[in-house]
Amino acid sequence: MYEELRSLIADQLGIDEDQITPDSKFVADLGADSLAMVEMVMAIEDKFGVRISQQEIKDLASVGDALNLLKARLGGAV
Amino acid sequence: MFSTIIATGSAVPQREVTNAELAQLVDTSDEWIVTRTGMSRRRIAVTETTSSLAAAAARRALDGAGLSPDAVDLIVAATVTPDNFTPTVSCQVQATLGCARATCFDLWAGCSGFVYGVKVADAMIRSGAVSRAIVVGAETLSRVVDWTDRGTCVLFGDGAGAVLMEASPAPGVMACVTGSDGTRGGFLRIPGLPIRNPWADATSSTSGGASGASAAEPSVISMDGQEVFRFAVGAIQWSIEEASKLAGVPIGRIRRIVPHQANNRIIDAVASRMRLPREVFYTNLQHYGNTSAASIPIALDEMNRQGLLHNGDHLALVGFGGGLTWGGAMVRWTASATRFPG
Repeated sequence: MYEELRSLIADQLGIDEDQITPDSKFVADLGADSLAMVEMVMAIEDKFGVRISQQEIKDLASVGDALNLLKARLGGAV
Repeated sequence: MFSTIIATGSAVPQREVTNAELAQLVDTSDEWIVTRTGMSRRRIAVTETTSSLAAAAARRALDGAGLSPDAVDLIVAATVTPDNFTPTVSCQVQATLGCARATCFDLWAGCSGFVYGVKVADAMIRSGAVSRAIVVGAETLSRVVDWTDRGTCVLFGDGAGAVLMEASPAPGVMACVTGSDGTRGGFLRIPGLPIRNPWADATSSTSGGASGASAAEPSVISMDGQEVFRFAVGAIQWSIEEASKLAGVPIGRIRRIVPHQANNRIIDAVASRMRLPREVFYTNLQHYGNTSAASIPIALDEMNRQGLLHNGDHLALVGFGGGLTWGGAMVRWTASATRFPG
């Protein structure tokens, strides 16, 4: 799941996958602005078939946060 | 009986304000504005008013059709920034143009106002109540912009656009779909006047909150950008899909989609999600910013005058905005709408 997520984030933010680690902060490290966060979350929703609330978007600081949210949402399915 | 668009017109203020000028006003830059919105400049009313812009746009549409002012039965003005509570913008347009026979009213549906206006005019023409209607979207948003808020003051512009619609044996307007969701109204607000009378306590908020004006609130635009972005992408997609179904025009056969010009990135996201070529979506927000109810008819008139519209083209006009409101109109373009004086 991490590889898929990393690839999606790289694609959405227009950066190399090599730049992304679980510790990467979306805004400080990967240059995402507030609209990019929404665009990325909408792409995650489409790809993984999940629904992420506005509050959850505001709480997403790092790639690891997104991964944990996805794991929690998808449970044992993956 | 159906309705069809027979002419277009638009008018924008003379004063152009560039991103560089805004950077002198608030902490922003051309690069910041362009990457987040796609906007480079906008027109700002200095001597013009909502009514004067609306009248100029409507006159161009009327001249384009070669009709006398007496031929107009109905004037609907869509705006959230009227010059007065009364007289309305539509009545001012009537007075300026001399459309003595017309019934006139304004319609408030945020940035979706123009599509709502087309739906109302289409329904009134189809019912036989009127034969010819001017629908004009007109705004001077600069009067409700918070010029100290760098997050919103870069987004908006002033202007007006109009269409002239007429009864027709064949459908020009093929389908209009609209929706509203007041429960999410707080995402995008321009507070009105507070309750102010000898019996109201001026220190307390008599209505307040997300649903009404409180005594202390300035009448300026505020919005939750992320919420509005998500809403907008879904609303545009719904409007295109539903208008397409109702009109019986497959999405692949839509020649151009003319969305409300709010932000390039909203349109990019819709194109990507719907797997549509970006070029199908017409944008001119780089020149005018977000002009709310005026943006779709300004774009339509620009396309018309540039010869981008052809007989039989299917066009989807898509509005979304404050309320929240949204809507789509599927229009079959007819050659008669491509006429200009001179």
